[in-house]
Amino acid sequence: MKNKEPLILAVVIFFTLVTYYLVEPYAHHVMHKHVESEHFAYADLPAITKTGNAENGKELVTNAGCTGCHSIDVAGMPAPMDAVMAAQSYGVNPPDLSNVGVILDAKFLADLIKNPAHALNVEHKFDVSKGQMHPMVPFYGMGGDIDQEIADMVAYLQSIAISPDEVTPAMAFENACGRCHAVGYEKWTQIGTKPAFKHEKDGLAFDIKVMEYQDSLKAYMGKLPPDLSMYIRSRNEHFISTLVENPQNHLAGTAMPRVGVTAESMDKIIEHMENAGDTKRHEREAIGKNVMIYIVIFAIFALLWKKQVWRDLH
Amino acid sequence: MENNSRRGFMGKAFGAVAAVGAVGSLVAMKKSLDPLPSVKAAGFTTLDMSMYEEGLMITEKWRGKPIFVLKQSSEMLTKAKENPKDIERLIEVAGSHYMVCVGLCTHLGCIPAFRPESNDFKCACHGGEFDASGAVQMLPPPRGFDIPPFRIDGNKLVLGEAGPEWQAMKDNGITL
Amino acid sequence: MAHFTKATSVKDWLDQRLAVNKLEKVMMSEYWIPKNINFLWAMGMVLVITFVLLVVSGIFLLMYYVPTTAEAFNSVNYTIMREVDFGWLWRHVHGVAASVVFLIIYIHMFTGIYYGSYKKGRELIWISGMLLFITFSAEAFSGYMLPWGQMSYWAGMVITNLFSGGSLHADGLVEWIRGDYVPAQAFLGRFFMLHVLLLPLAIMGLIGLHFGALRIPHVNNQDGEEIDFDKESKKYLDGDKAGSKVMRFANDFMSKDMMVVGIFLIFFFYLVFYNYGFAMDPVNFDPADGLKTPTHIYPEWYFLWSYEILRPFNIDLGLVLFGFAQVIFVLLPFLDRSPNTCAANRRGKAFSIWFWLMLVNMIVLTAMGKLPPEGIFSTIGLVAAIVFVVQWLALPIITSMEKKV
Repeated sequence: MKNKEPLILAVVIFFTLVTYYLVEPYAHHVMHKHVESEHFAYADLPAITKTGNAENGKELVTNAGCTGCHSIDVAGMPAPMDAVMAAQSYGVNPPDLSNVGVILDAKFLADLIKNPAHALNVEHKFDVSKGQMHPMVPFYGMGGDIDQEIADMVAYLQSIAISPDEVTPAMAFENACGRCHAVGYEKWTQIGTKPAFKHEKDGLAFDIKVMEYQDSLKAYMGKLPPDLSMYIRSRNEHFISTLVENPQNHLAGTAMPRVGVTAESMDKIIEHMENAGDTKRHEREAIGKNVMIYIVIFAIFALLWKKQVWRDLH
Repeated sequence: MENNSRRGFMGKAFGAVAAVGAVGSLVAMKKSLDPLPSVKAAGFTTLDMSMYEEGLMITEKWRGKPIFVLKQSSEMLTKAKENPKDIERLIEVAGSHYMVCVGLCTHLGCIPAFRPESNDFKCACHGGEFDASGAVQMLPPPRGFDIPPFRIDGNKLVLGEAGPEWQAMKDNGITL
Repeated sequence: MAHFTKATSVKDWLDQRLAVNKLEKVMMSEYWIPKNINFLWAMGMVLVITFVLLVVSGIFLLMYYVPTTAEAFNSVNYTIMREVDFGWLWRHVHGVAASVVFLIIYIHMFTGIYYGSYKKGRELIWISGMLLFITFSAEAFSGYMLPWGQMSYWAGMVITNLFSGGSLHADGLVEWIRGDYVPAQAFLGRFFMLHVLLLPLAIMGLIGLHFGALRIPHVNNQDGEEIDFDKESKKYLDGDKAGSKVMRFANDFMSKDMMVVGIFLIFFFYLVFYNYGFAMDPVNFDPADGLKTPTHIYPEWYFLWSYEILRPFNIDLGLVLFGFAQVIFVLLPFLDRSPNTCAANRRGKAFSIWFWLMLVNMIVLTAMGKLPPEGIFSTIGLVAAIVFVVQWLALPIITSMEKKV
């Protein structure tokens, strides 16, 4: 008798794969808009044409009043107020500028200094003609060539920042995302990492500060930005990085700003989110390989056993 | 013979007594699955209707369900007046008209999303649509949004209490 | 009183008290299986192994899972996935096995339909099998509630709403099932109980019934041939192993079972480690939020075909047809009026077309159940749902006209 099993197996595999294709790749392709990555080129932002001078930049940053709102820890300039009060004043705590020079794109920084709502891509929310000013005051120039001045300021920010290799995943995340988004699984809140408190009272006091901060943030953003602990699994790497690159591409009209990270910073942010929501991925890959090798050996032995038992049956 | 039938009878009688016990315990099981008194008691929400802006959809919460509150803009109201069924669905508080509805699709209970550009609601689950007064504008939902029991108290609305206005709506078959 | 002698071995000691030798003969060595079968007959063993994987992984998940609405999500995604050593492995095995078990059930089911394995005294095998399908469905659904993510909550909301009976508007019944106005603590608590206790007990009982129903009629074979098991087994025991039409379950057929299981496990562990996304929906990694419906709500893939039968109609007709789809497979042995028990392709054109159309149509329904209900997808879904119902209504007619082959 002819052996029909290969044909039967082919039929089973065929229908299984057709079902899988329709239900998974095809259905998700139809349901979710595909956004192509722009490789963090920020093509809509003008290039920096001048060569910046960090010395001049230092003076400009001080004189332009940046430190009226921002701290620069590495330069010994503390924040003028704590995170909760800052959020009450501006909606969100203005970032420390120590490492923005390495985490954020230079073109983005330059445009941000000149026209915050434009660089952040939130002009739909801050329409100057309707008197809606972005809380960050634009830099109007100190009397010289404004483009030169901005180039100097960017050069200064880059000069004080740590080297790119020293940027940790957590640092990239906290700088770019962490003032709006908590990551509960990494004990991160919008006002910093929650320390281990000895007394319950101190822990509760900290929680109240977080809640006060969140109230301001909620009023500023329209709703509380979500905790990102599991976002690497509930979204995916491509979605997250194209969303961060330009939130409007995915969620037209969203209050989430473009934060202007470099491609390298984005990789670090993704790594941080993987550490939070897919912590055991390295273990999974390593064990997966061993289990696959074992199970193939298991199948081979099962096959040999079957062959031996069936030798007498035909 | 007599003995046999008597044994048969006692067997059946024992069966009947056992069945009474079984039914009795079923009643207890049914009741154990009922909503708890604490769940039932936490069922009132008061809304201050002067807080809402015209044409701006706000979601409140009542008994764990979303409540859509939409103060009707003049444009919406004109449209609603064209259709008596629509205007009857609106609640008048201190001279303004409001749509106050349980924000769950009457088909299978998903939360439809408000579309400000077209002033209507669209359900992502099965494609049902509702207009700005909460009436069905596209199937499959069998009826407009349900209106929660309410009582008008000055410019406040108490959800969970059945006032005369709500009772009238219910009697007229506008809501369930 | 039974007479006991001094045992000559542990096995003998057990045999005097438990009749293990007899048991071994009945269940294993003299449980006769026809030789004229193919690897599809090993799906039962594949299902047993998958069920064991589910029970074992479930036991380990149960030790850290917390069935409260406040803690459920974190106990799964933080405690089990991050803290418990190998917790992620149990969860992935459990999630993937819950999905794959349905693939195998469907293959097992369509094998039964194709070869007519629900006829000639095998009706109860089919019925107990379909009851297992229904309890497995309930088990899968209740398990899906437990991580308390967005899909858990909204699937719970949508499915419990089905019990309002459309225009009957039995809200009281829905609230009774939930124990609250919306899915909340009472709901999670009772579905947790169902998932870890009542339904597994029911499944184990039904598996016993399913196997028991198989013992007297024996398993079917590729040609639906009636085999004289007494004669053929005697031939085998007399030494003509090759000439007999039957073989022992153990070790003869079991060795083939294990070979298929081995190949299946390669596929299974590939999914567990490298392609688990289809079984663990991304949306369910967002915590449950009763005030925000996800953009797309769809059940797991194995429920899609019956969900799609519900969807294109108004709520009352939809519910009636949905109910029809749930029970109609159970009635198959009584709806098939044909005198033939053999492969579908040999039963004449009509049934052959019926079988392949049913298979393809269910795949179409499955695909449309996931795709958004818009435009061409709505239309295809509607047509496929109607075809499904018509096919079942036509089955008694086309099979009673079938000629004996």
